[in-house]
Amino acid sequence: MMRFMLLFSRQGRLRLQKWFTAISEREKKKIIREMTTMVLARPPRTCNFLRWKDLKIVYKRYASLYFCLGVEDEENELLALEIIHRYVELLDKYFGNVCELDIIFNFEKAYFILDEFLMGGEIQETSKQIVNRAIESSDMLQEPAPL
Amino acid sequence: MSDVVEKTLTALPSLLSLDSQPGSAKLSSSSKLGNLIRGITELTSKHEEEKLIQRELLLIKEQVSSPNTTMRQMKELMVRAIYCEMLGYGVSFSYIHAIKLAQQGNVLEKRVGYLAVSLFLNEGHELLLLLVNTVLKDLQSTNLIEVCMALTVVSQMFPKDMIPAILPLVEEKLNHPKEIIRRKAVLALYKFYLIAPNQVQHIHNKFRKALCDKDPGVMSASLHIYLQLIQENPEGYKDLAPSFVTILKQVVAGKLPMDFNYHSVPAPWLQIHLLRILSLLGKSDQSTSEIMYEILDESLRRAEMNHNITYAILYECVKCVYTIHPKSDLLEKAAKCIGNFVLSPKINLKYLGLKALTYVVQQDPKLALQHQMTIIECLDHPDLIIKRETLELLFRITNEQNVTVIVEKMLDFLQINKDDHTTIDLVGKVAELAEKYAPDNEWFIETMNTVFSVGGDLLQPDIPNSFLKLLSEGFDSVEEDKKLRLFAVNSYVSLLEGGPSKLPQRFLQVICWVLGEFSHLREDLEPDVVLRMLAKLLDMKSSSSETKCWVLMAMTKLCSGGAALALVQDVSETYSSSLDTMLRQRAQELQILSQDSKLQAKVLPRSASMEPVEVDSSLSFLDGFVSEALAAGAAPYKPPHQRQEELSRSKALNMEPYGLSLPIGMSSCSVTDRQSPTLLSISSGLSGDSADFSHKGSSAALKLDGVKRLWGRDGYLAKKEAAEEAPQVEAASPVRSPSQRGDTDGSVSQTPTPECDQEKQQLASSLFVGLATQSSVCLMGKSEPTSQRFRRKPKASGGSEPMSNPLASPSDGADNVLPQNLLDSSDLDVSSPEQTHGLPQDPDTPNGSCTAEEESADPMAEPSAHEDLDRSRDSCLSSHLPAELSALSHSEITSLCSNQSLDVSACHVQREDSVVLVVFVSNRSDFCLQQMRLQVQSEELEVSCASDCPSEELKSHSVAVCQYLLTVQRPSVHFDLSATVSWQLPAGSPQTAPFSYKLPLTGFIRALRLSTEEYGAMWLAYSHDTKLNLTLMDDDQDPLAATLHVLKRKLQLHVVEIIGVEAIVACCLQQDQPCLMHCRVHAGMLAVWLRSPVPDLPDCLLYHCQRALQEP
Repeated sequence: MMRFMLLFSRQGRLRLQKWFTAISEREKKKIIREMTTMVLARPPRTCNFLRWKDLKIVYKRYASLYFCLGVEDEENELLALEIIHRYVELLDKYFGNVCELDIIFNFEKAYFILDEFLMGGEIQETSKQIVNRAIESSDMLQEPAPL
Repeated sequence: MSDVVEKTLTALPSLLSLDSQPGSAKLSSSSKLGNLIRGITELTSKHEEEKLIQRELLLIKEQVSSPNTTMRQMKELMVRAIYCEMLGYGVSFSYIHAIKLAQQGNVLEKRVGYLAVSLFLNEGHELLLLLVNTVLKDLQSTNLIEVCMALTVVSQMFPKDMIPAILPLVEEKLNHPKEIIRRKAVLALYKFYLIAPNQVQHIHNKFRKALCDKDPGVMSASLHIYLQLIQENPEGYKDLAPSFVTILKQVVAGKLPMDFNYHSVPAPWLQIHLLRILSLLGKSDQSTSEIMYEILDESLRRAEMNHNITYAILYECVKCVYTIHPKSDLLEKAAKCIGNFVLSPKINLKYLGLKALTYVVQQDPKLALQHQMTIIECLDHPDLIIKRETLELLFRITNEQNVTVIVEKMLDFLQINKDDHTTIDLVGKVAELAEKYAPDNEWFIETMNTVFSVGGDLLQPDIPNSFLKLLSEGFDSVEEDKKLRLFAVNSYVSLLEGGPSKLPQRFLQVICWVLGEFSHLREDLEPDVVLRMLAKLLDMKSSSSETKCWVLMAMTKLCSGGAALALVQDVSETYSSSLDTMLRQRAQELQILSQDSKLQAKVLPRSASMEPVEVDSSLSFLDGFVSEALAAGAAPYKPPHQRQEELSRSKALNMEPYGLSLPIGMSSCSVTDRQSPTLLSISSGLSGDSADFSHKGSSAALKLDGVKRLWGRDGYLAKKEAAEEAPQVEAASPVRSPSQRGDTDGSVSQTPTPECDQEKQQLASSLFVGLATQSSVCLMGKSEPTSQRFRRKPKASGGSEPMSNPLASPSDGADNVLPQNLLDSSDLDVSSPEQTHGLPQDPDTPNGSCTAEEESADPMAEPSAHEDLDRSRDSCLSSHLPAELSALSHSEITSLCSNQSLDVSACHVQREDSVVLVVFVSNRSDFCLQQMRLQVQSEELEVSCASDCPSEELKSHSVAVCQYLLTVQRPSVHFDLSATVSWQLPAGSPQTAPFSYKLPLTGFIRALRLSTEEYGAMWLAYSHDTKLNLTLMDDDQDPLAATLHVLKRKLQLHVVEIIGVEAIVACCLQQDQPCLMHCRVHAGMLAVWLRSPVPDLPDCLLYHCQRALQEP
């Protein structure tokens, strides 16, 4: 099971946070701090897996953005890496050539996509088409005329 | 695809500064959020950002509470609030508005409202109650999107106690025509199962329906629940194994719709889920495992594509193959797979390869041998994570031959490691290995020094605890113990002479304790020198008050007059006014004990540390207090695990990370509990008297079994034999590793220089020694016990056996009758293993004396005419004792009744489990006695005839012997037996003569061997109690011990434990009726408190105690 997913920039600025279990605000802040320092300190071309307390931390950098996933010990690291990758693909498909700015300015969309993709800390839908269809159908429902 | 993404994203940073770029048109640059974000990116300092956000928040706050704000505006405001929250600013004012938005907005606004709620609020937040109605409404909505949103938010965070309210609606959704709704419902139920398993118990069969759903997505969602259920109870789901295998077969064969493919691999997430379930089901279950061999083989074969996701599947397959019941050709393939991983140039795969190797190495050490050169390379890998994993692997293959090299590598790693969690973990492992496999004292102490200095104050408290325990308990050889301790003292003295200010507090505490206990072993070291060194620690600014306590304690042990007395007085004066209570107490102790060397020697005996430290872990001395409290209506004590259980019943999802915490019982009774150094001083004062060491198993056991247990799966033993031949080939590999290296180097990009090469080979041979030469069995931990250097002394004290052995051989009993043994038992040392087996060893135990008294009381027992006969009677009658009883001690044979035709005498014999009355009837007449009969009865005793007179006829001048088995029915101080003998002379009428016999209760009392814990448990269970003050024996040294010794000798009581001025004693009446005794020296008297399940027993026993102590 996944415990959390964090997206942060190279400067350590948080872009997205998803917690799959109940954690106190203080603990969240502590984890975010530790994750950013730990992951940002990793030199390039090193292993994408880390250990932190009883969790496995799987991270991957896409351009200026780090995707960091905390999974429980019995999970498969490579699979977690592919979860991150599929999420990036989903974002890419939705935004069309996704970039960090897309995620900054439309972070709520990024959350909606994540909610269609993962649910309760487990993978829900792996098909790109289906996830996008779900997002678009709710977007379409009544996207009002631009402000 | 990923390449495209990466390329696009690489071009990004340049976009950040401007919004005139083409890509930014759609970034809603005109929106207020856009303005905010741009505003922030333009700022240069944190301070400015703070000001900006605060301004923004004020604005948002104002607008959200305004009645004129539309829902659409509200949605926009919420997004901004979420953004501010993500930056770390509090937006609690908007929580209620987020809920309102979810309640009142249209679908799109609602979506943002739900998102905001799920990001802002935690499971336990009280505002969530306001959301329940909204969720209920949306679950019933006809709009699919609203239903989806409700299900999503429910699985994200929902108050546990509100689950019943929505559960029926969620269940209903399992039958929804749309598969997306069904899938979300299943996942929501999965989430409910995780946080409140009891609430979804009743819908287990619905899970089965979900598993059979025609939509693969729903089916695959239900596997989450099944994985969880099977993890908890694999036995309950064995019947599903064939179904899971069939599903996996279909998936692997590509029967699922294309939608499920991921990079043209069919449903990898589903495959991995199934593999994980199968490995749980097949674990140590041959028949279930057999079902899955075929599909595992197939999976291993199919997953050949060069993509991360196929490696993920392969890795899971390998783990499964090594978890289920072994099959050799599958194992071979899995081993090859692991090889590919390890040798892969891709660092992630190498990492997983090492993990897999770690997982299997204990079952299959030849794999480690095969890849030894790769492992060596990984050991020097620039990536610390790889290095760390390699050390983990080495930890598993450590044996006494390679321990020094491996520990050295670990310590090297610790020097460069910066992560606290890793340090704690690794330091623990080093300590474990050092304790298990240390080759010599010097190495052990030096390694532990490094552990203490590197681990610092992060160290788990059990490491110094068990180290000190090891030092104080010692091992098999006294000589070795002394050497080890001496080496530790030397090492610490030089450390203190160096620069103690750099040492961590925990280490200083260890040093203090060791110097306090053992510095006397070094003869050339004056206590004054040590005292001065310790005093320096007190002056150090960095010393914590806890450390200072330890210093003062060590000083207390060392100050036995001498030149440093002034220093000690100075120190104790300084700290007796400290604000810290503990410090003040220590200082007081130091002051008092330094002035009274006699008292000091008694409180802190020097040799005591050699003895196992005695801790009354059951706290039996508090029993009185406890029972009083219970009587006054206090709630009974619940052990921690029970409390935990009750707690977890109310709290379903445990968020605490497991691992670091230790069982409370263990740490609280360990020698050097850091919370209370007091415990130590108390216990070392007691240790001389320790009769048992009941808690020794606790932390010792933890350390000693170590890692091997994890791997002790029976299922693999059969396989191991099969794999045995293979290692033979590899057996010589350290020697012929050049060829081996050739294989491995081929696939690794860097080619090391020849010198470096040689170094690596050397390292390899030192690391993998013992893997090849010995049979691999040792890796399974089978030969473990003998290889351990620091083995704890086996304790053979009485306390470790729960009860005295009732089947002790009779020869032992006979031996004990010998007077020499009396000398042994008169030794004051109650801790010596007891030789008695509950049998009287002393001819003048109460048996004798009481019978003597009885003799004078009985008017019939005054046969003055037969004085000479009397004298010889005992010896001549005792020869008539039955063979099986003659070895046991018996009371004096007393004449009970005598007339011209016959003499009746009797004695009683104490067997381990009973008392036998032996009656001798001797015919003094010249005639043959006929119809001779004996009748014996008693009110308090049950008398059963063990062997009656051989015949009713008694020839002239012969002796008939009858035995009666006596059992106590009601305890009494003395038991009276009344009997009649009847006989008939050849020419005469029948005659009868009455007689009586009296025997004391003590004849039936046996020692009851208990441990303190057992005693504690029994004490609380018994209701009948009696209290009395007894006189203490005169003894300058130890009146309590002297008194107890008398009781032990005369009454066969067992001294369970002596704790300071208190003692606990146990005995039993005829094996099954225990009586417990608690003694306490108080005001020159011995306050005795007896408890028993038998009503009159305490009173009667107390009488005998009184008698025993009054008699000289």
